[in-house]
Amino acid sequence: MIEVRLHGRGGQGGVTSAELLALAAINEGKYAQAFPTFGPERRGAPVIAFCRIDDKKIRIRSAIYTPDVVVVLDPGILRLVDVTSGLKEDGILCANSKYSGEELRKELGIKHTIATVNATKIAREEIGLPITNTAMLGSILKARNIVPFDSLIGPLKKRFGRIAEKNIKVFTRAYEETQITK
Amino acid sequence: MGERVGIEVSLAAAEAVKMANVDVVAAYPITPQTHIVEHLSELVADGELDAEFIPVESEHSAMSVCCGSSAVGARTFTCTSSQGLALMNEIVFIAPAMRLPIVMILANRSLSGPLSIWNDHTDVMSVRDCGWIQFFTENGQEAFDHVMFSFRVAENPAVSLPIMMNMDGFVLTHVIEPIEFWDQETVKQYLPDFEPVNRLHPDNPVTMGAFGLPGIFTEAKMAQDQALINSKAVILEAWKDMGDLVGRYYKPVETYHVEGAETVFLSMGSVGETVSLAVDQLRARGKPVGQVKLRLWRPFPFEEFREAVRGVKQMIVIDRAITYGGVGGPVASEIRSFLYLEENMPIITNFLCGLAGRDVTVEDYMAMFEKTEQMVKGKVRQEDYIIYGVRE
Repeated sequence: MIEVRLHGRGGQGGVTSAELLALAAINEGKYAQAFPTFGPERRGAPVIAFCRIDDKKIRIRSAIYTPDVVVVLDPGILRLVDVTSGLKEDGILCANSKYSGEELRKELGIKHTIATVNATKIAREEIGLPITNTAMLGSILKARNIVPFDSLIGPLKKRFGRIAEKNIKVFTRAYEETQITK
Repeated sequence: MGERVGIEVSLAAAEAVKMANVDVVAAYPITPQTHIVEHLSELVADGELDAEFIPVESEHSAMSVCCGSSAVGARTFTCTSSQGLALMNEIVFIAPAMRLPIVMILANRSLSGPLSIWNDHTDVMSVRDCGWIQFFTENGQEAFDHVMFSFRVAENPAVSLPIMMNMDGFVLTHVIEPIEFWDQETVKQYLPDFEPVNRLHPDNPVTMGAFGLPGIFTEAKMAQDQALINSKAVILEAWKDMGDLVGRYYKPVETYHVEGAETVFLSMGSVGETVSLAVDQLRARGKPVGQVKLRLWRPFPFEEFREAVRGVKQMIVIDRAITYGGVGGPVASEIRSFLYLEENMPIITNFLCGLAGRDVTVEDYMAMFEKTEQMVKGKVRQEDYIIYGVRE
């Protein structure tokens, strides 16, 4: 089972990222769960969403405490929240950041593998808004081959309708531009 | 069979209500039930569901509308949580007395105060004795399947009682997971049209909800109790037929690794899946542990429960509600009472946990098992209940 925890701010679409990842996995015949931290969401406040993917039926219903992948949608969160808390030793941190993996490792003392992408820049250039959820989906798939790249295209099209093409562009660019620092 | 889709459980439940071809939906939005009602409202507005959606001004009105619409023979659905259930309480008790087969999803949420929107079972336990058929679902698939089941059981002329489907708030309502839909043809095969035994109609006047003088009240209540007890036969048949149609056979009491088990966990609702993982881990350590899940709560499945726990020495009862100043959580109190006259009554420990959304993990259930082992070994008199996980 692969467990993903996403950190973002209310309104950035972290919950949507978790959902789309789960939908892609389910369409591939896998089992998946996606859920937000339960409760009222406030725009701008730090929020967490979760996604589990497995080849067999998922029975666990508690939150995710020891994720395989941690995703950070908002650069500011990196300095606000202990995002790597519980991250497995061989786990990976996917960060939206203009800094390199080496720079983040040095500044934040992170020991895990780090995947970095400037998702905010990509989203601004392609959609004109700093909404980083679809960019970070691309980054996650580059960091870890959780589901095939193409399996996200269907869910992205369905979710974003007439702005789907732009989001697929963001998703693709982020996949290509993600750098992995071991 | 239908399609396997990734969908939020609330939306799947609403889609199931649509497939059941409901006539009237009367509901007031309340967290965490909101997505179910919102989606039904959209389906009606978009013309996908030919039903009356009545956006009432309160839950008291919602249940009142449901009574009226069910009485004229309309297939009727409502949905609420917590404070909403509390507000409709007066009418909740009247619906079964009038034998109205209303279907309600209760997206379980704690009753305030302190104000909480999160999941536990204090709402359903506050209406334990309301006379509805009450059962619990464990995952999204069960929730979807049991919408059809609920209409079929409630409306069966031999039952004609309202039914409350419990579905844990957030833990189920807000999770996206794979659900196998039924196709419309299967629904048609499974769920006959609603043909009420009595209906309000000007051509054939009847009185419903009449005054119950002391000379008749006891008899009326006994008849109501008997009707609820008798509904079990229809419930079992509805589960058997569902299994034959869609391949998923449900039972009033589910068991997991009870063969040779000396200790069993007992739970209701969505925590059952997490408990089963604790059972796996304890079994791997050589501990003879099993699990019993109570799906049907009212009418209580006496025979099936007795059979499921036969030979068990210790039982760990998980309660998701408090009975303030009482002898234990509502589930444990009933189980102790039921087993009192049984030979070789097991030792029962009772943990109140997962209150108002407090997460309960596999490790927590393992800790409850260890605590139970210590209590049994030390031969200490069991505390009547333990509120688990209190931060000190």
